[in-house]
Amino acid sequence: MKAIEIKNLYAGYDNKVTLENINLVVEEREFLGIIGPNGGGKTTLLKILLGLIKPFKGEIKIFGQSLDKALSQIGYVPQYSNFDLNYPINVWDVTMMGRMGNTGLLKKFSKDDKSIVEDSLRKVELLEFRNRLVKNLSGGERQRVLIARALTTKPKILLLDEPTASVDSKTGKNFYELLDKLNEEITIILVSHDIGAISQSVKKIACLNRTLIFHDSKELTPEMLEATYHCPIDLIAHGVPHRVLDDSHLETH
Amino acid sequence: MFEIFQYDFMVNALIASLLASVAFGIVGTYVVVRKIVFISGGIAHTAYGGIGLGYLLGINPIFGALIFSLGAAGFISTMRKKESQFEDTLIGIMWAFGMALGVMFINFTPGYVPDLMSYLFGNILTIPDSELIIMFLLDLFVIGIVVLFFREFQSITFDEEYTRTLGLPVDKLYLLLLMLIAVTIVLLIKLVGIILVIALLSIPSSISINYVKSLKSMMLLSIVLGIVFTTVGLLLSYYLNLASGATIIIVAVAAYLISTLHLSLKKKRFKLV
Repeated sequence: MKAIEIKNLYAGYDNKVTLENINLVVEEREFLGIIGPNGGGKTTLLKILLGLIKPFKGEIKIFGQSLDKALSQIGYVPQYSNFDLNYPINVWDVTMMGRMGNTGLLKKFSKDDKSIVEDSLRKVELLEFRNRLVKNLSGGERQRVLIARALTTKPKILLLDEPTASVDSKTGKNFYELLDKLNEEITIILVSHDIGAISQSVKKIACLNRTLIFHDSKELTPEMLEATYHCPIDLIAHGVPHRVLDDSHLETH
Repeated sequence: MFEIFQYDFMVNALIASLLASVAFGIVGTYVVVRKIVFISGGIAHTAYGGIGLGYLLGINPIFGALIFSLGAAGFISTMRKKESQFEDTLIGIMWAFGMALGVMFINFTPGYVPDLMSYLFGNILTIPDSELIIMFLLDLFVIGIVVLFFREFQSITFDEEYTRTLGLPVDKLYLLLLMLIAVTIVLLIKLVGIILVIALLSIPSSISINYVKSLKSMMLLSIVLGIVFTTVGLLLSYYLNLASGATIIIVAVAAYLISTLHLSLKKKRFKLV
């Protein structure tokens, strides 16, 4: 089944077009990485899929439904570096926020809400940190809280904005192991300007800079990157531990 | 030292600072965590236009201030919805325009305008019983709204964009929060005046944020700090014969400096260990 189907999408702000003729099909349980430079339209695409802005034209289907009807199936994990660390709030309360859309205004959280939050925190292995203040967490832990919050809406698709890969010293687990596990049930789209952040976990890669280049594969060719970043890019310079490129390309490089 | 309680005006002043500290502490907590001190300043200064209008029309200037500050809250909220790039500038313009209107209205008001200075710098010693009752009712209103919307306000002040993706009416909630700030500012104008109101709205909460583990405890600690600052300031101003509003603010700022010093010492000690 197709999780996401985007056809001839144009979008932007005011009169400025930042996305031009985007076409994309994402299969269910896919793990797609979208890379592109800052200002290349990644945020616009995310905001459209989250229902925060409307496209100029084009069609979007989520599991065959229109986007408006399917918004609740999409979970969002924002950049954790955007948050004010001084905010006095603990892990439990941040995760609980995810349930607000389901309970409605002025209603209390139910037992179900609480057990869903518990499950979500268990999945990201932060249940024992439930009472800890967000400011006392490591960057990686903070990111996992935001993933737990997104999971409380029981999404079928997870959107991650500029995640940072980090090995957590406490659990010893790689961030990508967590995503791999979630990917068994959930379609994941990860957006980043950093090629290094696109790892082994990603099953497919697309390049976005106003237009989207996607060959429905994991292969990232120098041609794709050049078209996206408008300059030749040394793929090895990032110190990427994972081999993203097709080997033949590396040898000719 | 208790002879000051013989004076009704002093008793009223102490009750007023208690009532005001409640609203200060609760609303100031949101102002500080959401970092909207400047926006609150804009709302406060725009209220001056309403005070002038009140004098011109011969009604209680507080009602004029209420209308102007609620109008300012609505204006800011509309601008945010349109995602204006000039939000900052427009708030500055609104700020100045409100003040200018106030001066203009007072120019047109025939005769001598009595306690105009008290609206600018505050005069807690002239608060009549009727004003105390208004303060009390506004306190109840602030507490009621925050009890009802605690979760929603927490979510929009922590992560507005995410709250939007959940389908919550973020713009309306934000407007409600701004209106709450507006009402609180008007409530406090008599106490310390427009110019100093921002200090009491932000200082107790910006101290307490470093010592608490939740928004609720931040509100409570801010209320306690507010009561301490206003009471100490009042007593000092009484015994040293100083302007009450300014004394309260200086006490608050002194406490802020002490707290900052304390925190930086704590950090250093932590590093040494």
